[in-house]
Amino acid sequence: MSLAEVNPYVAYLLWFVLVVVVFYFARSHAHAMILSISRTLHNALRLSARAMLRGEKWLSERNREVLLAQGREATERIIEREFDRIDASVRRDMSEYPALHRNLSEKIAQIDDDYKQSTDVPPEPPAWYKAVEAVANLPGKDPMVSNILEDIHTSMVKANTNAIEEYRKASHQRHEHLKKMMPHWRKVKQVLEVVDKNVNSLLSRSQTIDRYMDTYENIVRKTSRAERMLSSSSLTQFFISLFVLSIAVGGALINFELIALPMSEMVQQKTEILGVQTYQIAALVVILLEIAVGIFLMELLRVTRLFPVIGALNDKMRVRLTWAAFGFLVILASVEAGLAWMRDWLIIDTKSVESSMESIATHQTWITTTTQMGLGFILPFILTLVAIPLESFIHSLRTVLGVIGVAALWSFAWLLRVLGTVAQFSGKTLVLVYDLIIFLPLWIEKLFRNREQEVSSDTASNY
Amino acid sequence: MTRAILYFLLLPAMLLGCSKHNPERDQGIYMLLDASGTYAKELGESVKIINHILARMQPGDTFAVARVNTGSFTEKNIIYKKTFDMRPSKANEQRRIFKHKIDEFARNVQGSAYTDITGGVLQAIEYLNEAGPGKKTILIFSDMKEELHKGYNRDIVLNLKGFSVIPVNVTKLRTDNINPQEYLDRLAQWQHKVESSGGKWRVINDLERLDPIFEK
Repeated sequence: MSLAEVNPYVAYLLWFVLVVVVFYFARSHAHAMILSISRTLHNALRLSARAMLRGEKWLSERNREVLLAQGREATERIIEREFDRIDASVRRDMSEYPALHRNLSEKIAQIDDDYKQSTDVPPEPPAWYKAVEAVANLPGKDPMVSNILEDIHTSMVKANTNAIEEYRKASHQRHEHLKKMMPHWRKVKQVLEVVDKNVNSLLSRSQTIDRYMDTYENIVRKTSRAERMLSSSSLTQFFISLFVLSIAVGGALINFELIALPMSEMVQQKTEILGVQTYQIAALVVILLEIAVGIFLMELLRVTRLFPVIGALNDKMRVRLTWAAFGFLVILASVEAGLAWMRDWLIIDTKSVESSMESIATHQTWITTTTQMGLGFILPFILTLVAIPLESFIHSLRTVLGVIGVAALWSFAWLLRVLGTVAQFSGKTLVLVYDLIIFLPLWIEKLFRNREQEVSSDTASNY
Repeated sequence: MTRAILYFLLLPAMLLGCSKHNPERDQGIYMLLDASGTYAKELGESVKIINHILARMQPGDTFAVARVNTGSFTEKNIIYKKTFDMRPSKANEQRRIFKHKIDEFARNVQGSAYTDITGGVLQAIEYLNEAGPGKKTILIFSDMKEELHKGYNRDIVLNLKGFSVIPVNVTKLRTDNINPQEYLDRLAQWQHKVESSGGKWRVINDLERLDPIFEK
């Protein structure tokens, strides 16, 4: 029978005493080992944290570079597009400018001509009234002179009446000329308005370009403002494109439902590839093909820029491929409409079989068939537009992943630093705990040392 | 390069070639119809059940209906059997024909003197094992009172592992009403026989509650 079985407390006490004795004698080595382990851990963790922070800094810098490069590219694209618009506008307006100038010159010449013709010329007084005045001033009252004057008076009245008449006619003609000037004025006004509109449009575009150029300059100078703006824009783009893509996934699921059942007519039901039913895979492949063709179509139309190879194609080839992609899309959409019709037919057939067996009335209308076929035809074209949010998503995903990576590295570095500090202080705490366990022998040792010191000091003082 | 393009183009075909039929998704139902004199009048109900089952059969499933008479361990007793085509349209057509055959049988059915249920179950096991569906169910449309002709030995071991045996519409005989213990003993005896052979046992008397048959 062992001691532990007879009296476990005594056994525990003996064990404790043994441990204390061993601990006491191994104290200096144990302290060194504990402190060494804690220091090693602390240093290793600090070094790892530093490496993490370096990685975080590198990734941050890399993210910044990528963000600015993407921003620069996007702004270049926008500016290029604005310049294209200005170019088109200038070409269109300037090509008309000679005709416009000629039109304007002709109108001005006609107005000038009319103006000259409308100049008011005052009627000239009869030249011979001074002769009449001289005859009237002759001395004496000769009846003959009186008759002459009377005749002259009559002639003058007549001449005056004719002159007034002529003057009125001339005035009327001048008014007619002025009246004819009105449409020319209006035309000139219209032409000038068009010119004004074109010039304003150019000015507005130039202001837009100025704004984009400011952004571009900020990006090129790599200012923090540009970085903040691009980062915020990228995150917004990410969430918006994610939202739109989620909607597209919903559309794709509806599409899948439309064609999965009829696919089982072509690809056997209950056959599997890697645990998924083959007809479901076939339906999924058709939808993915539609999306792929849609992405190519958008790329060929230069709406998106995901594939540099497509972007670098010459225009002739690009147009041909665009038509080819569009053709494939129409074929796929027609196939889908056919499958949707087949689905409806299968459902009706199955229902009719089941209803004949269970006496259940079934109702199927042409509206259901038409709706399904319409959806089957339209959905592939709608899915084509997925390329646009997909491009935004891919571009912004890089930034978002970078931000997440930086945050993760920083958090990990922080955790390592905390653990390093904990390891450092744990070593010190463990040393204290170690000493606490062997406090009794330490206390006795201290007593002995004090007594020795007292004895040695007494001896020294005696000497 | 050309080879790579060829492989890429052939990939869907290769994948489809790799597709395998998974029998675990298939359901096999073998229905035994008791045509003995005491039960023959219930056959009208059996047609309803068959129609109900047919309405729920999917492409690839197997369904067989067989008669229980004096000697049921024979293929001749199978009224109609079919493993439905994988194409839904073809399967629908086959279901129509199946129904037609059953209606024809119900019109011309003749009663038998004896009831060899065990022989029918043996035939069902043989047929369903051969068809190999993922879920095997034997429906017994009978009062479960076995009456064997002299000389027929049915004291044999059944291997019902992986099978569900479901008696439906187990009617009470006149003697059961006098002594219900007879009815209970009869069912208990069958339950023991099925469960000791590795099968699952379940009784469905309410024809409105047939859905557990189709539970995967």
